[in-house]
Amino acid sequence: MRKTILAAVSMTACLALPTWAQQVTVVNFGGANANAQKKAYYDPFEAASHTKVVAVEYNGEQAKIKAMVETKKVTWDAVEVESPDLARGCEEGLFEQLDWSKIGAKTDFQPAAVHECGVGVFVWSTVMAYNADKIKERPTSWADFWDLKKFPGKRGMRKGARYNLEFALMADGVKPADVYKVLSTQAGADRAFNKLGELRSSIQWWEAGAQPPQLLVAGDVTLTTAYNGRIGAAQREGKALQVAWYGGIYDLDYWVIPKGAQNRDAAYNFIHFASTADAQAKYAEEISYGPTNKNALTKLQPKTLANLPTAPANARDSVQFNVKFWADQGETLEKRFASWVAQ
Amino acid sequence: MMSATASIRPDGAITSLQRSLSLAERRRKWRAFTLTLPLLVFLLLTFLVPIVALLKRAVENPEVATSLTRTVAALDKWDRSSEPPSAAFAAIVADLGAMTDRSEAGALARRLNSAVPGGRSLIMDAYKALPMSGTPDELKTQLITLDARWAELKYWQAIAKNGSRWTPDYLLASVDLRRDPNGSVERMPPDQQVFAGILARTFEISAAVTIACLLIGYPIAYWLSTLPARKANMLMILVLVPFWTSVLVRVAAWMVLLQSNGLVNRALMFLGITDHPLELLFNRTGVIIAMTHILLPYMILPLYSVMKAVPGTYVRAAVSMGSPPLAAFFRVYVPQTYAGVGAGVLLVFIISIGYYVTPALLGGADDQMLSYYIAHYTNVNINWGMACALGTVLLSATLVLYGLYRHISKSELSMG
Repeated sequence: MRKTILAAVSMTACLALPTWAQQVTVVNFGGANANAQKKAYYDPFEAASHTKVVAVEYNGEQAKIKAMVETKKVTWDAVEVESPDLARGCEEGLFEQLDWSKIGAKTDFQPAAVHECGVGVFVWSTVMAYNADKIKERPTSWADFWDLKKFPGKRGMRKGARYNLEFALMADGVKPADVYKVLSTQAGADRAFNKLGELRSSIQWWEAGAQPPQLLVAGDVTLTTAYNGRIGAAQREGKALQVAWYGGIYDLDYWVIPKGAQNRDAAYNFIHFASTADAQAKYAEEISYGPTNKNALTKLQPKTLANLPTAPANARDSVQFNVKFWADQGETLEKRFASWVAQ
Repeated sequence: MMSATASIRPDGAITSLQRSLSLAERRRKWRAFTLTLPLLVFLLLTFLVPIVALLKRAVENPEVATSLTRTVAALDKWDRSSEPPSAAFAAIVADLGAMTDRSEAGALARRLNSAVPGGRSLIMDAYKALPMSGTPDELKTQLITLDARWAELKYWQAIAKNGSRWTPDYLLASVDLRRDPNGSVERMPPDQQVFAGILARTFEISAAVTIACLLIGYPIAYWLSTLPARKANMLMILVLVPFWTSVLVRVAAWMVLLQSNGLVNRALMFLGITDHPLELLFNRTGVIIAMTHILLPYMILPLYSVMKAVPGTYVRAAVSMGSPPLAAFFRVYVPQTYAGVGAGVLLVFIISIGYYVTPALLGGADDQMLSYYIAHYTNVNINWGMACALGTVLLSATLVLYGLYRHISKSELSMG
């Protein structure tokens, strides 16, 4: 009896769905980024490989991957992670060591995109953004961000110490290239917190990447820090939001395969597909994040290119996020931030 | 006749009756127990076991003790203030070399980093530089050439201090204390003192929410209890419908209402109460407004059920004897509802101190409560020992409050 039911169920399932040779569970950060990935990666990959892509959203909680790997029930196959989680997860054995022959030639990629446990998905940047409809003068530096006379009004900043300490040092006159050298000393950290203190009463803290564009459009803040792709997405919707690229902090997101993933081969196929120049170029046309495959740059429209963190003019005065520094100091600095904010 | 029967019957008959009675009684008890057994097992598995696991994790410290056995032994006689012996350098190279896979080094690196910032890269860089060989003195030079930080005492002190399987460090850190290199307890440096302030803030917000709930809930519950049943039931639905709605939905609704050009601000400006939008969102005000709204039913329901049982005759008697109505209300009626007030206040306060989503979404950086930091340590820092220690603090605070309530009211928690 049970067999008949099973057979019937599997037959209906076969009739109802297209026949997928296999499936792969891909985990992303949701929002505008997920929509762009669907168009550039998931749909074309499904068509090309007969592999069903099950898209899952998460918020970067590495604890989930850790729990899956430790209980040996890994249901995620390819996961997008931020660089600190890549380094930490790789060290702690949560991710597969990648076989690059299944992905592509390392020389096709930017050096930062090649990691033993991960492949760069895109380059994104945390930048200063403003609403061109609401202010006449253009802010050009982090000193402007701190200048409450020239640009009266609230400032949007990401809740936490990360990025804000770097911006504070740049506002205090530290050159972008020297930021981490200064910040790694006790005196440098004190200097950053003191500078942040100047803005204390004017800061509007945000947590999710979708918030800064909303705050700008609603007029709740005059200037804000933001992820550049979110500002690009708002521009596409016709909002007059602009990015000031000076002193932005850029970083990469990576594809990783959790150790013991059920569909490892399919995950490799997917990552290979998503790392090709064509797919990455399509992705960059959908959202303003820079490709990691160098060959993708030549396939982009000049207008698209100008909005990417990787465009030469935008990248000139930017800082690469220092993963090692934050992996070592992050816990202490975030705790100090919690203490500072309560003062 | 009766006494005759009793004397005729042998003693055995009485005992056998007793026995069968007590047997039936025991059987009844067993049956009752068997019926509650699923609940007991459920409680054990979902409540007691996790709590014990949480308490255990808050003091567990296996990383250094299990993976650096040789180093810990080599540092055993070290005075923790002079230069560590060369044997310790050789021992750490041997320990790192003996690790079966990288995840062990990673776990050790994470543990040391939470004790001393920088410990992570120190361990991982040494692990990646393996294999090394030579005499202890040569290994010492090799390590220090690889990374000059190996000559610093603080990393060795951290290893020596964490050599045992159990540690009070997480619990100490959760009340802003730490152990100095020699193991005596001292206060954290000022810029690392956070949790006492956060605990105080958690209590402050919870107290404000509880008071607001009581001030709003008491009149509503009183009014509901005086209405005829049909009307009261109708209005009770208005209390219960939001109660059944997801917290996230209600928080999102408050975001829409409280923003600077939202309904509340526009209404206030239209009425001329203010000429510029008030800041109601992403600060303490927003958190308290939304939490009060979400927790109000927990105040109204126990109050209502107690008030329903209060007979109206006492107040009428007081008034008939010449008491002004207001005095009669406060001196005769209110004392009769103390059980409901106590239950409501305790319920709202205890639920409040564990609140996470509402402050995270509606509060600023300095409105986050203890749970936010528990989630932060669980998900972002992946420092589960610290998360469990903070959880223990929250649990103890709840138990102390409940104990206080029992002490004051000298009764079990009454839900009316």
